Amino acid sequence: MADSSAKQVLFEPIFSNNPIALQILGICSALAVTTSMNVTLVMCAAVIAVTAFSNLAVSLVRTQIPGSIRIIVQMTIIASLVIVVDQLLKAYAYEISKQLSVFVGLIITNCIVMGRAEGFAMKNGPWLSFLDGIGNGLGYSVLLIFVAFFRELLGAGSLFGVSLMPVVNEGGWYIPNGLLLLPPSAFFIIGLAIWGLRVWKPEQVEEPDFKMSRHTVKEAF
Amino acid sequence: MEHYISLILKAIFVENMALAFFLGMCTFLAISKKIEAAAGLGVAVIVVLTITVPVNNLLYNTILREGALEWAGLPNVDLSFLGLLTYIGVIAALIQIMEMVMDKYIPALYAALGVFLPLITVNCAILGASLFMVERDYTFGESVVYGFGAGVGWALAIIALAGIREKLKYSDVPEGLRGLGITFITVGLMSLGFMSFSGISL
Repeated sequence: MADSSAKQVLFEPIFSNNPIALQILGICSALAVTTSMNVTLVMCAAVIAVTAFSNLAVSLVRTQIPGSIRIIVQMTIIASLVIVVDQLLKAYAYEISKQLSVFVGLIITNCIVMGRAEGFAMKNGPWLSFLDGIGNGLGYSVLLIFVAFFRELLGAGSLFGVSLMPVVNEGGWYIPNGLLLLPPSAFFIIGLAIWGLRVWKPEQVEEPDFKMSRHTVKEAF
Repeated sequence: MEHYISLILKAIFVENMALAFFLGMCTFLAISKKIEAAAGLGVAVIVVLTITVPVNNLLYNTILREGALEWAGLPNVDLSFLGLLTYIGVIAALIQIMEMVMDKYIPALYAALGVFLPLITVNCAILGASLFMVERDYTFGESVVYGFGAGVGWALAIIALAGIREKLKYSDVPEGLRGLGITFITVGLMSLGFMSFSGISL
């Protein structure tokens, strides 16, 4: 039992309960960092680490936190973890940390981290919370990597900075689609990804606010 | 003066928080079903940004920045790594204080904004503006203008989106795209529209 529930906690957020596509969490930073695969992977690793460890830490102290100040305690834990990640990136991957600019800091306000700390870690044990953090981080990463894959491949003709489809400017044949490097394309790709996911898993489709009623008057043919 | 006008136009249109930097997206998508709610949230964001960005600017320039503690006799101390923790603390505390002050002195405004204020603590647009302010090294005057402009830009975007979504709910959208999916595509089109402002400077 314990085994299967751990598995469920880890894998459910990836497709069935994806934090971005279904829970509308953590979209802010999801879009700005997806122009190239390298940057995206670093961002994903940072988010997975912060989500997992903040869940673990919050879950460890959950019985000691008074209810009225829990948000501040969670914020402090998350902010400290983000500072550690930020300093590590500056030390070992300076170029990428420059490209990520303010978005590493914005992991603090990434709703996934807060949402999972408040919604899951406050009610569950440390081990399950840790797995839940990894699972939600992975769910976030899957969507981000999906978006980055298309943006870099079609926008610059390369993956991980390695040119796969030589572009016209460098004597190749591929005319890059510049729109994909601009902000709006990220919205289109995520919108279409959500469409795809919901066709695959129809139970995620939202109820419409208004239903079209059928034509009741027969037209004269 | 011209410099400030240029800065504010840039903050509102060219570098729109929501549509060019994707900040504050979670609340942007979640609270944009009705125009009234969107307008309330928009005003709250303007107020909070106009206060928090200059406060964080003062803190950064007098305490955190490298060599800023010279007045206390500590010229070699660099506390800028504490920045993130400080900014988020300032934002959370200021929002709490604003809530209490408004409850006491302007109850009508409090009743209108009350629900949205706690939400704003975790709105990335607020923290994002403070981080941009540090990264771009704004002076105090610039930070006031920037905070206000960024807030107005965000409010403009969410009210526009709410207007579109109010009409959109009567339309016949493909099943899988209903709700969140079509909202993303709408925001994409809006963002494309706002890109026409890029390159404008005074």
